[in-house]
Amino acid sequence: MTSYPDVPRETFRLRMLIFDTRYRSLTIQVVALIAFMLLVAWIVSNTVQNLANMGKPIDFGFLTGAAQYDINQTLIEYTNRDSHLRAAFVGLLNTLLVAVLGCALATVLGVVIGVLRLSRNWLVARLMTVYVEMFRNVPVLLWIVFFMAILIETLPPPNAFRGEDATASMLLGDSVALTNRGVYVPEPLFSRSLGDLPVFGAFNISLDLIAILAVLGAGLFVSAKIRARADRVQNATGLRPTTWYLRLGVVAVPVLVMLVALGFHLGYPELKGFNFRGGVYMRNSLIALWLALSFYTAAFIAEIVRGGILAISKGQSEAAAALGLRPNRIMSLVILPQALRVIIPPLISQYLNLTKNSSLAIAVGYMDITGTLGGITMNQTGRELECVLMLMLVYLAISLAISMGMNWYNTRVRLVER
Amino acid sequence: MSGTHAHSAAFVRDAMLPQEPPPATSVGALGWLRQNLFSSWLNAILTVLSLALIGYVLAAILPWIFQSSWSAGSLAECRDQIKAAYGSEASGACWAVIRERWLQLIFGFYPSELYWRPILGFALALAGMAPVLFTGLPRKMLYLSLAAPFVVPWLLWGGTVWLPVSVALGFVLGYAAQRIVAPLAGGLLGAVVAGLLPVLWWFLLAGPFATLLHQIGPLGIEPVSSRNFGGFMLSITIGLTAIALSLPIGVLLALGRQSDLFILRAICVGFIELIRGVPLITLLFVASLLLNYFMPPGTNFDIILRVIIMVTLFASAYMAEVIRGGLAALPKGQYEAADALGLDYWKAQRLVVMPQALKISIPGIVSTFIGVFKDTTLVSIIGLLDPVGFSNSIRADVNWNGIVWELYGFIALMFFVFCFSMSRYSMYLERKLRTEHR
Repeated sequence: MTSYPDVPRETFRLRMLIFDTRYRSLTIQVVALIAFMLLVAWIVSNTVQNLANMGKPIDFGFLTGAAQYDINQTLIEYTNRDSHLRAAFVGLLNTLLVAVLGCALATVLGVVIGVLRLSRNWLVARLMTVYVEMFRNVPVLLWIVFFMAILIETLPPPNAFRGEDATASMLLGDSVALTNRGVYVPEPLFSRSLGDLPVFGAFNISLDLIAILAVLGAGLFVSAKIRARADRVQNATGLRPTTWYLRLGVVAVPVLVMLVALGFHLGYPELKGFNFRGGVYMRNSLIALWLALSFYTAAFIAEIVRGGILAISKGQSEAAAALGLRPNRIMSLVILPQALRVIIPPLISQYLNLTKNSSLAIAVGYMDITGTLGGITMNQTGRELECVLMLMLVYLAISLAISMGMNWYNTRVRLVER
Repeated sequence: MSGTHAHSAAFVRDAMLPQEPPPATSVGALGWLRQNLFSSWLNAILTVLSLALIGYVLAAILPWIFQSSWSAGSLAECRDQIKAAYGSEASGACWAVIRERWLQLIFGFYPSELYWRPILGFALALAGMAPVLFTGLPRKMLYLSLAAPFVVPWLLWGGTVWLPVSVALGFVLGYAAQRIVAPLAGGLLGAVVAGLLPVLWWFLLAGPFATLLHQIGPLGIEPVSSRNFGGFMLSITIGLTAIALSLPIGVLLALGRQSDLFILRAICVGFIELIRGVPLITLLFVASLLLNYFMPPGTNFDIILRVIIMVTLFASAYMAEVIRGGLAALPKGQYEAADALGLDYWKAQRLVVMPQALKISIPGIVSTFIGVFKDTTLVSIIGLLDPVGFSNSIRADVNWNGIVWELYGFIALMFFVFCFSMSRYSMYLERKLRTEHR
């Protein structure tokens, strides 16, 4: 190695912190960190000072106190003697319930509308455009109160179902009742029930449901195995064995056997006195929120689906046709796998939006976590800081869980370029 | 060749046939119908179903809209008028409520003799936005854009004229510091001083300075308290401020998220994900309940200002993600070319990267704007009287108890007009800025 004796040895000087690009980034970061920490410290000290002045230091003890309020739509056992924590948990389950229902309906609607918007039928395409623009350009809060108003104003009260000359009648062979208080649908009952499984002593999960889900899962697993075997046979011989009846049987028969063994039957809602008894009761607030969120989000999903299908170049379907694939195979083997890669990430962020928008439940009185923890509990206990922080943490946890799922999917379907 | 053919075949046509007109079923209205509405059985069924749906909806809505009353003083009177005019079975809209309350739906409880102030304010804001939005307008109008952020709030809230003046002075100070310090002590130090000086000015001296000037020369207009703000004026105030402020903050956050500086990046990522992970309503709870806790004891600043702060932070986080998408979509060669030209970081961003990244992200930016404007309705949940909140208070009035569709329909229509025109503007902008071959 040659040496250059006449190059002066660099000595570190203070001004290099600012003018030398090697050190400047470090300087900026340290300054930013100090500023950030000062800001946080300032906010925290202000908060502590303010809370101390008001005589209510941060304390989460209120969560174990009795909630003393009722929740009209619950998934698990709840009475007003339960704690605030349990009320918050009931609210969380309600949030998840409306989120799951909403995502399912929004996806179905969105896909149908997105595909129809690409239809060659002029009228249908225009109609779907009107739908999309109408729902996208009006606030979701307005849609929620609008749907609530529709349910309240247009559906008959329960007493309209009563008597000889009833003005309203139940649908689907006296099994579903649409009233202005809510919707009653038949509930699944088991005459030879396995009982309930307590989870952490907090709530019960029906063992019947677990058993049915387990059988269904096993059936789907075996069905996937059969499909994989059919793929292997096709790869080896070029002929695909017909397996659909086998796969259907593997999934359906065990579930049916399980249902019969458990004594499955439906419990129908009946009009008793001034109201319906029995069946599953979904309050208006739930239905309105569910429909409004689904219809609103469906408009966005429709655009995503449309964009995804348009993003696949025409050459792909032409090439597949040139290979001799039939139209439905072209769709399932060529177009959909590529379109899904475009569609799924924004679709999941729409699910995220729907879940966050479900916090508007408070506008129609549906008791989700914003209504329980961020509503009545906060007003009763006066613990704004604790309640809002917990509320934000819960939503943050839900969001992070969904984004983690999305990242996992993205890495799985990412194009591996060679 | 043709000769042999002509002799060997029994008949070969050797003259061109005159062109026939296309069959009647494939041209004109009939052809259009066949092609677009009845091209197959499935399409025919869909067409008929759509027609039935349109007919059903219009049959339900049109009579309701037009068999209406415009002059009644209460809902009961409305119904009587409609029954008298269209028969006892008729039910129609009671637009009288809109006629009676539309000023309130637009201005809230703003004093009616001062309506000229918000009108002038929004006209100024529009005039200030116009040269930014449409490049064809004279560039001199940009001075209006600079003045609008100070004049419009003053017009809306009123009070002494010296407060906006002293706030604006902060910016002037920052600019002056930049011009004086940068040549003397280098660009970075200049930027730091230019950033720090205005902040110190606003926090420490701006208030007393304004008070002092007001005592010397009491110039001002009648102050209006935030409690009187409401209706679309409130929505537009919150929405417009959040939209205008979220773009620069979003750009900075996106740059922070893309930067090589680890700590800066961590702070930006944390902030963006925190804001995007929670619903706006929890941030509004923070605005209405907690923001005063975070400030030094005794501070109690305006509720609308607090809401604007939180909505701006919310919008900035979404904007940052949209712009990050634009930055990521830019080919790497652009960054490298900017480096190769010897541009420093800020120059490269300003001259090469941002113009292209922002252009790519226009659709996302505008849909974020639309989302923010729609989300301003959420302030009704924390008790502000935006149009939705105001419609509830109108329905609490004895005269209008039970009125639903007319109010919601009116508000929905207004929002639709605003949001739809925003989305059309974004399409215009995309077309205008498209530089590839058309």
